[in-house]
Amino acid sequence: MIEKLAGFTLDRRTFVKAGGIAALSQVAAPFIITARGETAFKIGVDEPLTGTYAAPGKNEVLGCQIAVDELNAKNGILGRKIEMLTEDSTSGDAGTAVQKARKLIERDNVNLLVGNVNSALSQAMAQVSNEKGVMHIVPGGHTDPITGTDCKWNVFRVCNTTRMEANAVCSLLFKTYGKKWHFITPDYAFGHTLFQGCEADLKKLGGTVTGNELTPLGTTDFSAYLIKARAANPDVLVVLVQGNDMVNCLKQISQFGIDKQIHVAGTQQELEAVEAMPPQARVGVWMFEWYWKQAPGTPGLDAFIATVRKRTGGKVPTARHWFGYVTVHSYALACEKAKSTEGKTVAKALGGLELPPEVKLQPNKVYFREGDHQLMLSAFVGELLQKGDGDPENLFKVNSIVSGDSIAPTVEETGCKMQMPS
Amino acid sequence: MLELIFFNVTNGLIVGAFYALMAIGLSLILNLSGVINFAHGGFLVIGGYLAYVLTPYIGFWGALIVSPLLTAMIGIAVEWLLIRRLYGRDPLYGLLLTFGLAFIIEDGTRQIWGANGLPVSVPAALMSSLSSRFFFITGYRMFMVATVAIVVALLFVLLRYTRVGVRIRAGTLDLETVAALGVNVRALRSFNFAVGIFLAGLAGVLAGGQLGLEPTMGDGLLMPSFIAIIVGGVGSLTGTLVGGLLIGVAAGLTAVVFPSASDAVMYVIMAIVLLVRPRGLFGEEGMLA
Amino acid sequence: MTADQRKHLAVLAAIWAALLFAPYWMPLFGGYTALGSRVLVLGLGAMSLNFLLGFTGVLSFGHAAWFGLGAYACGLALKHIALSTPLGLLAGTLVGGVAGALLGTLLVRRRGIYFAMVTIAFGQVFYYIAFQWLSLTGGDDGLRGFARQPLHFGLFQIDLLHNDIYFYYFVLFCFAIAVGLMAFILRSPFGRTMIAIRENERRARFLGIPVELHIWIAFALSCFFMAFAGSLYALLNNFADPRMLHYSLSGDFVIMAVMGGMRTFWGPLLGAIVFVVLQDYISSVTVNWMSFIGLLIVLVVLFFPRGFLGMLRPRRAA
Repeated sequence: MIEKLAGFTLDRRTFVKAGGIAALSQVAAPFIITARGETAFKIGVDEPLTGTYAAPGKNEVLGCQIAVDELNAKNGILGRKIEMLTEDSTSGDAGTAVQKARKLIERDNVNLLVGNVNSALSQAMAQVSNEKGVMHIVPGGHTDPITGTDCKWNVFRVCNTTRMEANAVCSLLFKTYGKKWHFITPDYAFGHTLFQGCEADLKKLGGTVTGNELTPLGTTDFSAYLIKARAANPDVLVVLVQGNDMVNCLKQISQFGIDKQIHVAGTQQELEAVEAMPPQARVGVWMFEWYWKQAPGTPGLDAFIATVRKRTGGKVPTARHWFGYVTVHSYALACEKAKSTEGKTVAKALGGLELPPEVKLQPNKVYFREGDHQLMLSAFVGELLQKGDGDPENLFKVNSIVSGDSIAPTVEETGCKMQMPS
Repeated sequence: MLELIFFNVTNGLIVGAFYALMAIGLSLILNLSGVINFAHGGFLVIGGYLAYVLTPYIGFWGALIVSPLLTAMIGIAVEWLLIRRLYGRDPLYGLLLTFGLAFIIEDGTRQIWGANGLPVSVPAALMSSLSSRFFFITGYRMFMVATVAIVVALLFVLLRYTRVGVRIRAGTLDLETVAALGVNVRALRSFNFAVGIFLAGLAGVLAGGQLGLEPTMGDGLLMPSFIAIIVGGVGSLTGTLVGGLLIGVAAGLTAVVFPSASDAVMYVIMAIVLLVRPRGLFGEEGMLA
Repeated sequence: MTADQRKHLAVLAAIWAALLFAPYWMPLFGGYTALGSRVLVLGLGAMSLNFLLGFTGVLSFGHAAWFGLGAYACGLALKHIALSTPLGLLAGTLVGGVAGALLGTLLVRRRGIYFAMVTIAFGQVFYYIAFQWLSLTGGDDGLRGFARQPLHFGLFQIDLLHNDIYFYYFVLFCFAIAVGLMAFILRSPFGRTMIAIRENERRARFLGIPVELHIWIAFALSCFFMAFAGSLYALLNNFADPRMLHYSLSGDFVIMAVMGGMRTFWGPLLGAIVFVVLQDYISSVTVNWMSFIGLLIVLVVLFFPRGFLGMLRPRRAA
């Protein structure tokens, strides 16, 4: 009887074991990749596709993809087609981002590494790309050290530094609204450096900081901080939090009616966040790193907007799309200029490269500064609109477009001491 | 300074009421079914998104009632298909299963509604503040507190005076005897689970009006709920209610003096409670060891 | 030798052969050496957790705290004390292990959900500290500015930084030491006592075994192993960040242990292999990898609660 039971059990076990092996082999099979074409140019994109930064991440990836498609339609780079490989870096797991970077570099032999939105992940990836000597462009990570104290010969950055953002708005705010400012700052490295930049500018202009509320990342309820801000009676409430924190904070500011008593402003603002806010929350003076609605006649702009609209089902491009777009096009231009794909040669060519009109999509001179590899992109300063002006997605009124090199600190001030490879 | 403290305490109570709503739902499920529902935040998100979908058709007030009901129905389906098989097993499995479920819900909502946040508008009637001085007490927040108070009161009435409520309470103490007395324990557990999820869905609708609606919004609310339960005492709903309010007030007070710590203070409270009085403020000794 | 012992040795030999030659057969399947190193490190973490979870029956859901502490301590040692890889490893292991041992004294009286929640709480406190103490840890940006140093052997040195394959073998060597130590402990009378406590705590107590003491020792040991794994992780990434302390990483370790087989020795490694490789592969193929992983977890819990290896073992008479 027991044998029979054991016999039955063994049979089921064997079946399950066999099934397990069959299932595993199904999973293993796709690993056996067919030989890749040797001549394709490979761009490895390591961006967040899940988690908090999924929205900006996906937009940056789309920007890259659009640029790749445009280049491939015109015979690629140096006559070779471009293949774009995308990996999910997750929104906060540096281990995964680094692992994917290694995968793209080691296994897939990419010529260019692109990433990230998250500053910390960008820096972690930069260490890997530097270790391996691969060209690396950071589209959307803002922390200053990337092109400052931690600058590297193979790393370039498209978006602003926190210092540039502070410099873009501060004098305007001081002149228009007053000298007593109260801050709501996200409590992590990005927030701290942003605050330091603003504080320095404010002090230089002769203003005072009435208080700085450090809010933990992911704070959903800002009421306690807003109570304190209100009690301090400042001229300007400077909101430095980003993403969902920004949405929640502005929502609550408008619900509490604070915007009716104190001027609301901030530095970086993004269309992704603005579109997530109810209309009443869209208040204040901000800067965008790039905005789609500009003076008519800006070369290449209409085509870019049309392409993005087609690929997103009607939505306009945001700064994030533009970052991805510039990243790939800049790299292509550098390779063409250097007539080579070798890392160090391309890096030398990219340093100092000026973007042509159909890539920069804005007035002002836009170029990669040679000393720190930071793109000198303009800041679009203006105010949020509660109702779309002409287009439901035109939610920001641009008052001035300030050129990048007028707001960027000098290379010495950033602390960048670029170590060129031997 | 005194006014600042007073404001923050009041504000803390408002925030705490919200934590309590989440925590009570979680507690209900934990007490009767012994399952630590890591997906509770996910159900909150579902509630919020369903409200967003329904509002254009039946208005905010309609969505307020219907969305939690729909979420509860999804909850019953989940309980029936998945959670039911875990009763009687090590609590580790319930935790893991709901952990995996939370992944699926987050990805699913992102797939359906996109990664970007969605704007949720609140009826204009609720928008204004009580007064210029008490600006942080907006109509909406008062409404939230009122809703929580009504729902919690109804829940206590349910548990105390209705037959099914008494059975649930008996079940948390000794499920075996309740079954032996002829009660359909399966149906009881399903109903209990549904009530818990209803509360999560309701929290989601309320949250949507206050915060930005996006796929990861449930994460930040899950931990405070756990802590509210531990602090208040596992097995005691009154305790959970008090725990939630306590955490809210503590966070509010900390924000006055040491803002960066307002997140951490609830962990500190929990650690202290666990070491000094592990059963929690209102808990019974021996509940879940 | 009996047939059983022979089979046992054969399996061990197969496992080690696969691990030794990994950098050579992995690329055939679309793998890469860094992936292998990552699997080993996380696998060691899962096995350290299993030391406590599977063999003593205590659920710690905040074990990533010791992992992260080890990572930070190793990084800080490399950055501020000396450019020496072994020293970094030692520092990381000691700091994480001692912290775990100290805090363990506070925990041993609790069990079950309470124990799990306290461990989560402690983990989050460390997470918070790592986030806030900017000057020391770099906060959210993470701890940077250190890298694996070459190993000096007097006459020659091994470059771990630029050569992934050398680093893989270094990790394998460390893994072997740790695993060997674990196996040794589990086979000792102490290890047997741990299992006895898992099977029936009350009975163990009646037999006069100082249960709390044993649990504390098991806890402390698992923290040392965990911190060791964490230090290796810091070396792998040349980076330490707060997420290494977060409870979601703890959750990942638990899943690896359960998926592979909680009560088996090699199970967690298998779980780590499947989890890491699957996550790596699926996240390249689809954006919805979270759903797949979530589904996998659900299926494992419902249908394979004893994990892959657990399934292969015959069920003992109850």
